Order: sequence, then structure tokens, then C-alpha cells
Amino acid sequence: MLRLYMTVAAGGFRRHATYRMATAAGVFTNTVFGFILSYTYIALWDERPHLGGYDQADALAYVWIGQALLATCALMGGGFQEEVMERIRTGDIAVDLYRPADLQTWWFSDNLGRSAFHLLGRGVVPMTVGAIAFDITLPSRPSTWPAFLLAVALGSIVSFSIWYLVAMSAFWLLDGQGVAQVAWLGGLFFSGMLLPLNVFPGALGEVARVLPWASMLQVPADVYLEKYEGWGLLGAFAFQGCWAVVLLAAGRVAQTLATRKVVVQGG
Amino acid sequence: MAEHPVDAGTVQTEGAVEGPAEGRGDGPVEEFAPVLGGSLLGESWRTYRMVAGMWIRSTMTYRASFALTLFSSFTVTFFDFVVILLMFGQVRGLGGFSFPEVAFLYGTTSTSFGLADLTMGSLQRMGRRVRLGSLDTFLLRPVPVLAQVAADQFALRRLGRVLQGLLVLVWGLVLLDVEWTVLKVLLLPVMLVCGALIFSAVMVIGASALFWAQDAAEVTSSFTYGGNTLLQYPPSIFAQDLVRGVVYVVPLAFVNWVPALYILGRPAPAGVPAWTVFASPLVAVVCCVLAGLAWRAGLRSYRSTGS
Repeated sequence: MLRLYMTVAAGGFRRHATYRMATAAGVFTNTVFGFILSYTYIALWDERPHLGGYDQADALAYVWIGQALLATCALMGGGFQEEVMERIRTGDIAVDLYRPADLQTWWFSDNLGRSAFHLLGRGVVPMTVGAIAFDITLPSRPSTWPAFLLAVALGSIVSFSIWYLVAMSAFWLLDGQGVAQVAWLGGLFFSGMLLPLNVFPGALGEVARVLPWASMLQVPADVYLEKYEGWGLLGAFAFQGCWAVVLLAAGRVAQTLATRKVVVQGG
Repeated sequence: MAEHPVDAGTVQTEGAVEGPAEGRGDGPVEEFAPVLGGSLLGESWRTYRMVAGMWIRSTMTYRASFALTLFSSFTVTFFDFVVILLMFGQVRGLGGFSFPEVAFLYGTTSTSFGLADLTMGSLQRMGRRVRLGSLDTFLLRPVPVLAQVAADQFALRRLGRVLQGLLVLVWGLVLLDVEWTVLKVLLLPVMLVCGALIFSAVMVIGASALFWAQDAAEVTSSFTYGGNTLLQYPPSIFAQDLVRGVVYVVPLAFVNWVPALYILGRPAPAGVPAWTVFASPLVAVVCCVLAGLAWRAGLRSYRSTGS
């Protein structure tokens, strides 16, 4: 069974690797946005050095991590959910449910493959360009890199579990566009894509930092910037892990309910 | 008539309107007839209005859904502005510009970009039509292809972006402390319209590239969405090479920076001469001509899919 899912993951990787032009275009766009955001952050941190506990180099590293993880953690969607929702809407999902493989695990593996490709294909180049063009913080310890990768992997899993719940809503709503847009807005705002969450003022910041979206960009960035020490690092992983487990379980419940009562669309 | 790659006269117009059934009832078919006579611009406008009208009618069938998507379009663009608000919660000025000044820059570029996105935003999805070969349907109709593609899937919800931009613009204008002259008052609407034209031209040029590289739509985004983000901030915070790039290479600076800095009573960016303040219409016309040529070249090279 594990071999099957590994094949699915490899397929997800290869499928996205096919679109070389789209990947190149995405890298270009991420880099352009990285430049624009970098200058706005420089202006902001010039006025207020050490804002949110970051110095300017930290803030610039944050910008480029954000661009690198934009596709990897599907911060603005663009993962698998559109395809699943379309299959639910057209009724093709019935075929998927017949397969001797679990729906959630199938898409989980597929998404893992996609995520891995996007980290390599769309993450590495912008990050390197950013490091060359700007004075960004680099990890002082080699051990930070594997910790960062683990945090990214967990972030990607949390992202998957949120989008899977969104996709499941289509079983009841048929047209999941509204839910998808709300999830997209929430993700954009609360992942820290707009501004680092530790710059958010007061209660808004407090709340934003404990929501699941924080694990998609803010936590990996803080791991990279070595803001966690010792047990704090484990705490950060536990934070991501807990959200992943809770949301995956919720997705499982939604799937069970949906498949029990679902009336498949026919045409 | 040289615009059409297919001889217009031989094509049956009846039933050529494809799309939701709601759109078929009234109007479209008989409106096709006069189209054959007018000038290219008039023709394009009639086609655009007709196709867009059809999509609006189809959208309005699901009013609740439309209200929701309009709201989310408004909100997502509002987030851009929330970032600026959050920034000004921490600082008093950005690159030497005060909040009303940044709001003015934000409002002008967002309104222009919103108008361009409303009218031309569908172009970025054309790559799919080229790949699937469904662009053929458009080529068969005796009306300008660009107008059809631009109006395809016309999304009225994009009005949310325009409204949000106008709202911030008005807010900025109320807070601004500027010595208004007749010239400045006249320059403001000219700037908004020319900005929309420049952004539209960039979108058309980007769409023309899709004839060769169907998956490259995102590159256009870095000039349109990226340009819009860039222009929301004062030019003083960016590297001067970048500013020169958007003055001389991709002339986005004429959307708002150059005229807006004049209105704000500040020196022009990148040391451009003073007369360029009023050059936006000229730049817009040049951009549109280039876009027209690019589109023509793209359309000529179109080979339908083999599968």
C-alpha cells in the first residue's frame, strides 16, 4: 500500500515538473515580487529597526522565504483542490471512490509530490537571487537547514489539510468557489504573506499567531531565522503537528460523512 | 477588414454566440449585422459590449454568488491596503512620504489597474484557449478577435477592485494638503484613464506572447499585478535602476508616479524632464499601438492545435 502512495507522490512531482514554461514564469514572477516587497520592507525597517523582533536582514530573508514557499505551501491556493472540487461537481469522484485506495491519502501523496517539486523548482531560484541581491540573514548553524525543511514539510501538510476540507465542502455545496475564495482570503491574510505576523498589532497578532495558517510561513521562517532555541523549536514543530493532526482528522470525518450520504452527480 | 484572418463574408453569424443559454435570447444575433460595416474601433466596441453584456446577464442569474464574489474581490484588494495601514501603524512616513500621499498613489494606480483588469483581465486566461484550440471558434466570427477574447468570461465582480481603489483615492484626496490648480484638477482624470490604457496595453502584449508560450501568463502578472504593487509605494524607496526601468523600459511610471508627483508638488522620479508630467497620454497611445502590433503578430502566428 505504501508503494502505491509513493508512486502517486512521484506522479505528483513529475506532473508538475512537466510544465517547464509555467515553472519558469512562476520563478520570474516570484522574483519580481520579491524585489518589490524587499524595497518596501527596507523602507519600513529603515524607519523602525527591530520591528517585530526582526532586524532588516531578517525581514528581507522573510520576504524571500515567503516567495519561495508561495507555491510550495500553496499559500494562495493553486494546489489540488480545484481538481477535486471539479471532480465532485461533475461526478467523476465516484470513480475515485471505487478505487482500492483512500481518497484523502491519495491526494495527500499527490500534494506531497507537488510540494516537493515546487520547493525545488520554484523555491530555490528566488531564494538564491534574493540572497545575492540583498543582505539577507543566513542560518548560522548547519543544523538549521534540516529543521527548516521539516518545518516546511509540516507547513505543507497543514496547508493540504485546510485545502482538503475546502474541497470536501463541494460535496454539500457543489459549487465550492465561495468557500475556496474565503479560504484563500484567510490564508493570504493569516499566513503572514502580506506582512510578518509578529508585526501585526495587539490582539490581532496574538490571534493570527495561533491559527493554523501561521504554520505555513511564519513558523518555517522563524525556524530559519533561528528564533526558536532548544525546546522552543520542538514546541514550534508540535504546534504545526497538532494543527496537521486536528485538520487531517477533520478532513477524514468530512470525507466519511460525505461518502456515506453523498448522491453522485450524473450527467 | 484586414484584421480578420478569415473572410468575414462567408461566415454564418446565426448561432455564433456561444455561452450560457441565458445570453441567447435577445439582441445578439441581429446586432451582428451592422457590425460588418463600421470602423475597427466601433466594431470592437460593439462586439465587446455584446459579449460582456451576455456574461453579465449570465452572472446575474446567480445574484447571491455574484454578491459574494464581488465582496471577496473588494476584500482581497483591500488587503493590499491593510498592509499599508499596518505599516503606517508603526511608522509616520515611508521613504519621506506621508500617509495621505501614499494613499493618493495607491488610489490612483489601483483605480487605473482595476479598470484595466475589469476590461482586459480575461486575456490572461487565453493561454488555455490556445492550448485547447478553442480559439478557433473566435476566429470564425466576423468580428475583431481581440474584443471577443477580452470580453470572454467578462467578470463584473472585478468592479470590486475599481471601487476599492476609488475609495482610497477619495480618502487620500480628503486628507491631502495640496495647492490645487486647474491644471492639477484636470490632470487627475487624465492620469486615471491613461493609466488604465497603459495597463491594458501591457495585458494585451502579455496575451500576444501566449500565442507562442501558452503557460507564460504569470510573467504578465509580474508587470500588471507587480507593477500595481510597485506604484502603490513612493518611488523614493526603490533602487533608482528599478525606477529608471519603469520609466524608460516598461513605462509604468506614467500610470501615476510621474503625474502624481507633480500633483503632490514633488520632483519627478529618476530625473525625467518636467514636461513628461503631461506625457501620459502620449505614452498611453504609443503603448496601445505597440500592443496592437504585438497582437497582430501573435494572431498571425497562431496554429490551431492538432489534437
